[in-house]
Amino acid sequence: MSLFLVKGAGVAGLAVAYELLRRGEDVDIVDYQDTVGQGASFFAGGMLAPYCEREAAEEVVLTLGLDAADWWDQVVPGAVIRNGTLVVTQPRDITDLTRFASRTTGHVWLDRNEITDLEPSLSGRFEKALFFENEAHLDPRRALTGLAKTIRNLGGLFHLGWGPSPKKNYTAVLDCTGPAAIPHIPGLRGVRGEMLYLETGEVTLSRPVRMLHPRHPIYVVPRDDHRFMVGATMIETEDDGPISARSLMELLNAAYALHPAFGEARVVETGVGIRPAFADNFPRVVETGDGLAIAGMYRHGFLLAPAMAKQAAIRLSNGAALREEMIA
Amino acid sequence: MLKLYETELSSRLLLGTARYPSPAVLSEAVRRSGAGIVTVSLRRETSGGKAGGAFFELIRNLGVRILPNTAGCHSASEAILTAKMAREVFGTNWIKLEVIGHHDSLQPDVFELVEAARILTDEGFSVFPYTTDDLIVAEKLLAAGCRVLMPWCAPIGSAAGPRNPSALTAMRAAFPDIPLIVDAGLGRPSHAATVMELGYDAVLLNTAVANAGDPPAMAEAFAKATDAGRLAYLAGMLEPRDMAVPSTPVIGKAVFS
Ligand SMILES: Cc1cc2nc3c(=O)[nH]c(=O)nc-3n(C[C@H](O)[C@H](O)[C@H](O)COP(=O)(O)OP(=O)(O)OC[C@H]3O[C@@H](n4cnc5c(N)ncnc54)[C@H](O)[C@@H]3O)c2cc1C
Repeated sequence: MSLFLVKGAGVAGLAVAYELLRRGEDVDIVDYQDTVGQGASFFAGGMLAPYCEREAAEEVVLTLGLDAADWWDQVVPGAVIRNGTLVVTQPRDITDLTRFASRTTGHVWLDRNEITDLEPSLSGRFEKALFFENEAHLDPRRALTGLAKTIRNLGGLFHLGWGPSPKKNYTAVLDCTGPAAIPHIPGLRGVRGEMLYLETGEVTLSRPVRMLHPRHPIYVVPRDDHRFMVGATMIETEDDGPISARSLMELLNAAYALHPAFGEARVVETGVGIRPAFADNFPRVVETGDGLAIAGMYRHGFLLAPAMAKQAAIRLSNGAALREEMIA
Repeated sequence: MLKLYETELSSRLLLGTARYPSPAVLSEAVRRSGAGIVTVSLRRETSGGKAGGAFFELIRNLGVRILPNTAGCHSASEAILTAKMAREVFGTNWIKLEVIGHHDSLQPDVFELVEAARILTDEGFSVFPYTTDDLIVAEKLLAAGCRVLMPWCAPIGSAAGPRNPSALTAMRAAFPDIPLIVDAGLGRPSHAATVMELGYDAVLLNTAVANAGDPPAMAEAFAKATDAGRLAYLAGMLEPRDMAVPSTPVIGKAVFS
């Protein structure tokens, strides 16, 4: 049995901590924030949408992401909502929808009535939609709180907030510091994502809805308490300053176009997350001086953390665990 | 060889850098297109005045000439500010000047455009104006100091191809010595070939490549079509003939009927 140190309690750090504990290792987790999941993970939509993401991502994102919903369901029971994803567009941008369909699999076309059956709030608003039945979503904040609890139950030790870092003899250190790793890991860059939360009782959605647009595609992910996460911009910069007026306007405009009732909603939160990414936008487990790093989760933190965490845990864990994994 | 503001270029294709699936795909598309110039949006990839360091570094490392643009600017003053920022960030006097008149259609505001072109030229910029196919606007841009014109052939991102080929032909005829680059509206390689056959000097693409299923392959397809169109223009093409009207009495007809 070995002792590992996980630096960073975001989705990557927590996922790998869990995977190591599951293999019988000991794990300490440090984060300078007082609670888990306050980094990029805090701002995520929480979509587990491997089929939709295939539109702009390589096939491997689909294959590695397929099991994500099962993984989350297992480690945080009840966290995953399996209602699929709905993709719509304004009539003028219908070619974007056909293009989306041609780039992806796992969907069916819905007509006006079928859209109403699925999402009564959107009744009469769209003639056509794509439905990705086998996708899922979760609330990232709740999921990470739940995952931290699972980790504690398995014996993982958290050292949160500023304080003396534990001085122990670690077998290896796992750098899961998300965007903070950008200066240290060659090839890593930041992609800014701006988002907001709307609150209204006038719209009900049961699943994430993506609205395509040539310049400002958005998605709306329903949460409990009449809240909706609206995201997200993709800007090539590491600047994590407050959301710009332009982005706010674009996101609100798009939400309003999806449903006019969003015009009356309250803006209860705005946020900016930096997605760490490599040039191909695909994450990697890379070697560092004292261990491994899980880096470049890009816009697939919740989708790909399970697969990346397993990969890292297998590499770190002892040979017995490795064999066991291969048999499993 | 194509000559833009005293710079000679072997490729007649310019590539935009926005909306690719990843920077890696973008790099590969630039490589396979053989493009000698890429355009970069300053406004899109900056926020609060802070530039997208890593992305801009990546663009610099492509090893091609950078033509920063003022995409997203809606007034002359905004565009001028962005051009100055671009000069700082990329160390170039080249600026692709876009002043958008309508947020939705992205149609250029030619009045603000001419104004900004004049001021920027006075300040030492080499201005590449994104304009319509209007000849009078073109004249004003040249009077303002522009030595290149970049007319659209259809609205940005429409992929509609040349909507008004006779206007493009008229523009070519009106400005035989000015490099003309079709910017915006090209959807498929045949569109690029068509405007090159009309005698245009180059084409600029972004969405048609970036949003293709396989952007690097599409970049190469466009490069080939651009070259083909240019070669055909130089080689001299046959004009279509109306075969419905006989040019001589049909001799055989009398015999066999
Ligand atoms: C707007 C937006 C929407 C998104 N939507 C989705 C989505 O729908 N689905 C999806 O799968 N992904 C989504 N993502 C992507 C996802 O959020 C990221 O990929 C993921 O959160 C990155 O996780 P991480 O653990 O690598 O980094 P982080 O979550 O940033 O975690 C890093 C942690 O390390 C800590 N830390 C940093 N430096 C140190 C240090 N020196 N010592 C100790 N601790 C340190 C930080 O405090 C932080 O807690 C979205 C991202 C954004 C911005």
